[in-house]
Amino acid sequence: MTFSSLLVVLFTFSAQEQPPIVIQKDVTGARFLPVSMTGYSGEVQAVLKFDLEIAGFDIVNPETAQFNISGSNNSFVEGRVTDRVTKAALLANRYEGAPPRSLAHALADDIVLKITGKPGIARSKIAFKGDSGGRTEAYVADYDGANAVRATQDNALVVALCFASGGNKLLYTSYKSGNPDIYIHDLGSGQRTPVANYPGSNLSPAISRDGRRVAMIISKDGNPELYVSNVDRSNLTRLTHTRADESSPCWSPDGQSICVVSRKDGAPALYVVPASGGAMRRISTAGAGSTTEPDWSPDGKEIAFTALWREFQICVVPAKGGEVNVLTAGEDPSWAPNSRTIVFTKRVGDKRVLSLLDVPTKRVKTLDRHSGSRSLPSWAK
Amino acid sequence: MNRVHFLKLLALSFVLAATAVACKKNLKGVTAIPGPLRPPPGPPPTASPAGGDQGLPVPGPTDTTSKSLKSDQTGIELAGIDRGNYIGDYEQFKQQTIYFAFDNSEVKPAEKPKLDVVAEHLKANPTCKVEIEGHCDERGTEGYNLSLGERRALSAREYLISVGIAGERVGVITYGETKPAIQGHDETAWQKNRRGEFLLLKPKTQ
Repeated sequence: MTFSSLLVVLFTFSAQEQPPIVIQKDVTGARFLPVSMTGYSGEVQAVLKFDLEIAGFDIVNPETAQFNISGSNNSFVEGRVTDRVTKAALLANRYEGAPPRSLAHALADDIVLKITGKPGIARSKIAFKGDSGGRTEAYVADYDGANAVRATQDNALVVALCFASGGNKLLYTSYKSGNPDIYIHDLGSGQRTPVANYPGSNLSPAISRDGRRVAMIISKDGNPELYVSNVDRSNLTRLTHTRADESSPCWSPDGQSICVVSRKDGAPALYVVPASGGAMRRISTAGAGSTTEPDWSPDGKEIAFTALWREFQICVVPAKGGEVNVLTAGEDPSWAPNSRTIVFTKRVGDKRVLSLLDVPTKRVKTLDRHSGSRSLPSWAK
Repeated sequence: MNRVHFLKLLALSFVLAATAVACKKNLKGVTAIPGPLRPPPGPPPTASPAGGDQGLPVPGPTDTTSKSLKSDQTGIELAGIDRGNYIGDYEQFKQQTIYFAFDNSEVKPAEKPKLDVVAEHLKANPTCKVEIEGHCDERGTEGYNLSLGERRALSAREYLISVGIAGERVGVITYGETKPAIQGHDETAWQKNRRGEFLLLKPKTQ
């Protein structure tokens, strides 16, 4: 207690004397934030480096760093963060009681929070479709692809994965019955319940943030259309009436709107529909052709999507439409809870691998240390 | 909020009143003309079939009814097929696999004779059904291709219905880009992968 109070006093005092030169701008802008990292080895060092780099930091030598991170990893992991200029100590913590990877992630999250003021994502989870030897199953893993656990054992095609808010439930389309049907899967109990198993295809489930409603593409009327129902199947309502196919809906975080792909005006484009029904409003994505797979950022400000030029590109556009920011080659983006990082799919030869993208710095880290293919990621938030 | 609700109710009552007037006019009319196939405006009926397992065993020779698709209709309602009651046969229609243009779900005129062969076989074997599998090449995103594959299978289904096959006998399934006919990343492979395949379903008791 006294130690941390002392830290606060020290920090406040130094900050008054010599205000640290605006970190916020660097973190939200396009520049990397230079930090040094000393005292770590092996897996802890590798995990810390990965976590910090994908959070927008650059690991540099202690003399040029804005913050010095130092510590050790023996029977436990220690971490200290000091402002190089002001000498203010921002963090001094010890982590124990979990495998080294988890301890490193915990330290990384604390470092990110102390320096940027925003919670880190190093302990969040992703779900994805895993494909090895033609067998596809749903998997859940750490955000960096480690500790992947199989969630299904159907030996049937599984597509369109979507994490429910809080990360304890997963929705997906499985072909296990012979028909593409939508299920909600409680990851704690393993129990799953059909959400939609109408004649024809039941695809692309997206659950609202409050966990109560599901937007999805159902073709029982003879055409793939956008529907919404409650998770318990009640109140099934059709929201689009087009001759073209709709695909890949996602919710605005306030649950008021749904963004969906439609070809109603020719090429695939993004539209927003009120969740309670109403007209489809096209989102302007000037210059971006064949836009698919939208994902609304948790802060509501932006929509990430895939566009096709010569190859697929991950793009971001303001939720109201406007200037498109082309970020990197890839497809099927899913936002992290921080509205900053994106997980997406990359094609490498015949294989598909997941990658992480730090949007402001455009840094990409590929999660390719596995056999088989991984695709269709969804980030738990 | 209340005011908005009131306005909505007001608008609704006007619509209802207008509809009532229109109906009365129709009653006075001379000949009852079948209405257009376009679904009624407003929320769709909620009484559509709830699950695939209810199925629709359709009695009688419905095959003679031809339903051509109007351009303003979004689709022809699907019925569930209990696949457990059928034996699937890919061989019968192996030569009838149809191919599609890039990012397009319309049945090409040149492919229609293949569909006619499928239709003739179904007419000659009234206890059989068919499931159309819609497939895509790899040049679409995975989520998008699932809907595109579905739309392709539905287009082929609409054609079969237009030449007299009952909709209840034609199921569809999409595999998107997950089951390519040919591995490869060039136009030769893509052409072969943008396709609709026909799985003949023969009743198990036959």
